[in-house]
Amino acid sequence: MTALLLTVFTPALGILLLALLPGLRLSGWVNLALSAFSLGASLVMAVQVLEAGPITAHGFHVDAFNVYLLALTTFVAFTTAIFSRPYMEAVCHQGRLDKGRMRLYHASYQGFMFTMLLALSTDNLGVLWVAVEGATLTTVLLVSLYRTPSAVEAAWKYFILCGVGIALALFGTVLVYFAAQQAQVPAEAGLTWSALHPLSGRFNAVAMGLAFVFLLVGYGTKAGLVPMHFWLPDAHSEGPTPVSAVLSGLLLNVALYAVVRFKMLADNALLNTGHPHAAGYLMMGFGLVSFTVAGLSLHRQRDIKRMFSYSSIEHMGLMTFAFGVGGPLATFAALLHMLVHSLTKSAIFITVGHASHIANTQVIDHIRGLIRTQPAVGWGLLLGVAAIAGFPPFGIFTSEFLILTATMQSWPWLTTLLLVGLVVAFAGLFRHLQPMVYGSAPEGQKAVGANMIPVAVHLGLVLWLGIAIPAALAHWLDEATRLIAGSGLL
Amino acid sequence: MIGQLDLLHQAIFVLAALVVFSSFFLLSHSRLTSAIHGFAFQGMLVAAVAALMARAGGNPHLYLSALLTFTLKGLLIPWMLHRLVRRLDMEREVENIAHPVVLVLVGMALVVFSYWVALPIERMQATETRNIVAVSVAVVLLGMWMLIARRQVVAQVLGFMSMENGLFLAAVSSTQGMPLVVELGVAFDVLVAAVLFGVFFFHIKESIDSLDVDRLNRLTEGKEA
Repeated sequence: MTALLLTVFTPALGILLLALLPGLRLSGWVNLALSAFSLGASLVMAVQVLEAGPITAHGFHVDAFNVYLLALTTFVAFTTAIFSRPYMEAVCHQGRLDKGRMRLYHASYQGFMFTMLLALSTDNLGVLWVAVEGATLTTVLLVSLYRTPSAVEAAWKYFILCGVGIALALFGTVLVYFAAQQAQVPAEAGLTWSALHPLSGRFNAVAMGLAFVFLLVGYGTKAGLVPMHFWLPDAHSEGPTPVSAVLSGLLLNVALYAVVRFKMLADNALLNTGHPHAAGYLMMGFGLVSFTVAGLSLHRQRDIKRMFSYSSIEHMGLMTFAFGVGGPLATFAALLHMLVHSLTKSAIFITVGHASHIANTQVIDHIRGLIRTQPAVGWGLLLGVAAIAGFPPFGIFTSEFLILTATMQSWPWLTTLLLVGLVVAFAGLFRHLQPMVYGSAPEGQKAVGANMIPVAVHLGLVLWLGIAIPAALAHWLDEATRLIAGSGLL
Repeated sequence: MIGQLDLLHQAIFVLAALVVFSSFFLLSHSRLTSAIHGFAFQGMLVAAVAALMARAGGNPHLYLSALLTFTLKGLLIPWMLHRLVRRLDMEREVENIAHPVVLVLVGMALVVFSYWVALPIERMQATETRNIVAVSVAVVLLGMWMLIARRQVVAQVLGFMSMENGLFLAAVSSTQGMPLVVELGVAFDVLVAAVLFGVFFFHIKESIDSLDVDRLNRLTEGKEA
């Protein structure tokens, strides 16, 4: 319990500390130290959960499903903090930021981590909403940090679209509470997920169905599902690169996590009606549309960060689809995909940050010959994209293969669509990647000081997960699958 | 059926109807300062509905939420917006609404639609206040429509905030209010959002020299670079 509280509240302390700390160099290090401490606490907590089972106390609930997401969040936050320290210092020296805004950046970074960790660990569905909305509020100023007209526009779009989405999610939450009250759930249960879940079979099916539609659209906006995705490429391309890395790697996961938690309630409530899989069908539909549209959009991108944000939409679509298919195999695959996608995508954004420093632009046409100028960055980008496109032996190959197998079992004809979609996305990524990595470098392009250790660690982990999933992790994922799909895989 | 209701419930219904009316006022009003007054009026009405519901249902914690809503949405946020508008020198600003008739007609269709959406929920509820669910859905949808249709940043913020009013009304009418910790959290988020909106007014004004979102058009697909 102490470890859990330390994990979640260290960043909360960090907000205050970093908002008050004036030194630029120092706050980068403090940011890193806080993230490291939170990571350490989350690992201790993970071991405790592994040994002693789920923790439910003081309004927090940590079970197999969220424990690995908590550990993943603190891990990516830590590696991104390693990257962000010298990167943001360099940005500051270029004169794009002043000291006040650097303070804002560091405080918001910790604030963002706090809201995400709170959203993942809370037991109260209302607090979950408050935390996800809080994550929007802390990131909106990060997106507009550079104060260029396009950054301000991106942030405004992000604010309004996510605000509307999240308002719909609140309406869905109210409906869930209503359904619970109608089912005479004891008053002290309130909106506590762990109390509602065992009783959700008694909830009114109509109310829960309606609630799930609102919740899927609401949190789906935040997860970047098409057609509510318009904020995502803008926010990713205009914000500072460390922010793109955590948005893509972590925030989208948190939104999807919320959807799946509610799906577990809705599935129980709809079990004895004429359409027990209605929630799953909805998720499959949204997932497939997102997957297809984003895959096609990859081809016409000109901005490197925009391109990779479309790739995130594509992968979120695939995960939503897999959770929608349901069943142990698809659920296990989706959980694994959340993990490997986060690791790979944040590694890619870190590399992209270095690449755009080398070329001094984010325009794909002007980024050329990375592998000549700075082999580490070129190779990082090449391997990262190979991993995200689903090449064996990286972990994404494993999870996509499992998703395809599960689809083959239950919806054989959809497999073709998925395969075509994967090929289209692959082509879209590589047609842009090829010249960026191998093309001839423009005169006078120089290497920059780049720390590629986080990228190497992330890609190494993804490679490891592709070859052999460690027993402890497989056990967690299987427990989570049992929780979500009813029965385990192993 | 109105004849069977006591005075308290009749009052709740009248106030709820006035909330929808204030939504329409917000939707079609082009003068900024009076739109802000309209929003303050709506916040107070919603708070009054909550207070009356607290009395009707004998639910003391709703008084607290009513008080919170009154101070936040009825006084504090309108005051902040007012101050911002004054500092940005936009008191006399009148937005040019392109098709006011279409705007209101779509709004009316949305109200009908929300009664249809709320039908299954109303059937399940035993209390007299079930009609208010439809009203709250209508307020949410009207706020959303305002966000889409209006091109002026302050008007969009008002739409956003009036959506929150609708949500609060939904929570009050269907479930006698959310748990207190959730309501406090939501109120906190709304307050922070209001402050951030204020910050953004200045940024937008600085970057495009106007508060008209039609001029925020740099980031469209295929046009970048």
